[in-house]
Amino acid sequence: MTRLRSWFLAPSWAVMLSLFLAPLLVIVVYSFLTRGAYGGIIVAWTTESYRRLADPLYLTILGRSFWIAALATVFSLILGFPLALFISRSASRKNLYLSLVILPFWTSFLVRTYAWMFLLRDTGLINTLLERIGIIRDPLPLLYNNGAVVLGLVYSYLPFMVLPLYAALERLDPNLLEAAADLGARPLTALFRVVVPLCGPGIRAGLVLVFIPCLGAYLTPDLLGGGKSVMVGNLIQNQFTNARDWPFGSAASLVLMALVMLLLLASVRRDAKGLL
Amino acid sequence: MKRSGRMLAIYAGLALLFLHLPLLILAIFSFNVSPFTVWQGFSLHWYYAAFQDPELAESAWNSIVIAIVSTVASTVIGTLCAYGLWKRNSPVLSNSLYLSLVTPEIVTGISLLAFYQWIFRFWHVQLGMHTVILAHISFSIAFVVIVVMARLRTMDATLEEAALDLGANEWQAFRLVTLPGIWPGVIAAALLAFTVSFDDYVITSLVAGVDSETLPMAIYALARRGVSPVVNAISALIVFGLGALIVISERLRAA
Repeated sequence: MTRLRSWFLAPSWAVMLSLFLAPLLVIVVYSFLTRGAYGGIIVAWTTESYRRLADPLYLTILGRSFWIAALATVFSLILGFPLALFISRSASRKNLYLSLVILPFWTSFLVRTYAWMFLLRDTGLINTLLERIGIIRDPLPLLYNNGAVVLGLVYSYLPFMVLPLYAALERLDPNLLEAAADLGARPLTALFRVVVPLCGPGIRAGLVLVFIPCLGAYLTPDLLGGGKSVMVGNLIQNQFTNARDWPFGSAASLVLMALVMLLLLASVRRDAKGLL
Repeated sequence: MKRSGRMLAIYAGLALLFLHLPLLILAIFSFNVSPFTVWQGFSLHWYYAAFQDPELAESAWNSIVIAIVSTVASTVIGTLCAYGLWKRNSPVLSNSLYLSLVTPEIVTGISLLAFYQWIFRFWHVQLGMHTVILAHISFSIAFVVIVVMARLRTMDATLEEAALDLGANEWQAFRLVTLPGIWPGVIAAALLAFTVSFDDYVITSLVAGVDSETLPMAIYALARRGVSPVVNAISALIVFGLGALIVISERLRAA
């Protein structure tokens, strides 16, 4: 078997090495090189790009990315937890509700972001409606700000929160809730004292699964955030297009990847411990 | 308890509305006569306009070609990979696949761009359909492996052993015993790969050349210029098209 197996794995090895790992290696090398006068690359080794990331301007962008991602994650939890709880308790229509949660996630990220542009812009549906009713005279600035970015991220990544929460709630023994009720706990008390602690791994998985893509988001802040709310993803993209500072863009990419991997490792280790 | 149950149902209903209403509204207004966000009557005008636009037609064609080629390649490669990993895990390969899944798209995109540009120093080709297709194959494989692997885990490994005992060689055991059993999973994976390929904007826009504008790139350009009802019409078509593929894919995975 071993020989055939190695043939089976060979094509994916070839693709992963040449089109994923090698490109990452290229930006590792680039991040230690110097930017040329016309935007090219000069082979002069330096850690300048990494030191520049400590500049307050870029630390602000990093901090803002963390803040926006954290807000989006918290709102996803607030919105997603009751939804997951509801689905785990609905007996016959469970699969229907689950599909309703998953379906929009796979139908075009770009279109889903555009839908919010359509709703939020100055001549969009919300402003038009409010003007027609007569509540406002001038359109509210709903689009192109951090709030719109958070909204777009929650909308995009809510399924990532609901699915692990659902998986955890599904395994929960309903007798525990009855026991809590029999002992006099009110529904909300039972929720916070019984359900939430027992769903720890599911909640953590949801938090990580939403926070990671939000931290590295590019398209959502690009379309909904306008120029004012740049996140790390936009910074990286800009270095490779307009600013043409590839070493700096590479360094920023690697720092972002390192953050993502640290978060993943931390959550994996935590839950591995919980299992032991 | 009953009251809190009803509260929960209302809350969950609102959350589901939040997930579906924006696209529903977008789809409804794609049938609006007026280009403004005021309903003035039903019309297929914007769909007609979308189909008449040569740039949109070309980019849609590019997207379809890219998605089909990369779907076929990544489904074959990913299915073989899942099978190999099912037999015996290779931690380095499966970890790189997971890493490719969690890497922010913008990082995947710029690293591919930097890599291509570096190769072009030695080999005089340019960005185009081929670079986009290679990028799509690369990021689709992990999705295929996960879906096919889930199917393989439901398979009884002793069936193949029985086939080997009865004189089949390894290839025949795979081809005649395991593959028919995981077939629904393979098709589901292919539909998923098609969807992620057809939909990708971030990576594609970075590694595309002048002749390889895709439909998401065209939509992005239109959306940037301001909201056009034509975009609503294409968006509705994409959502329904991809939505149908995903429903079929989910059915097959559950089958």
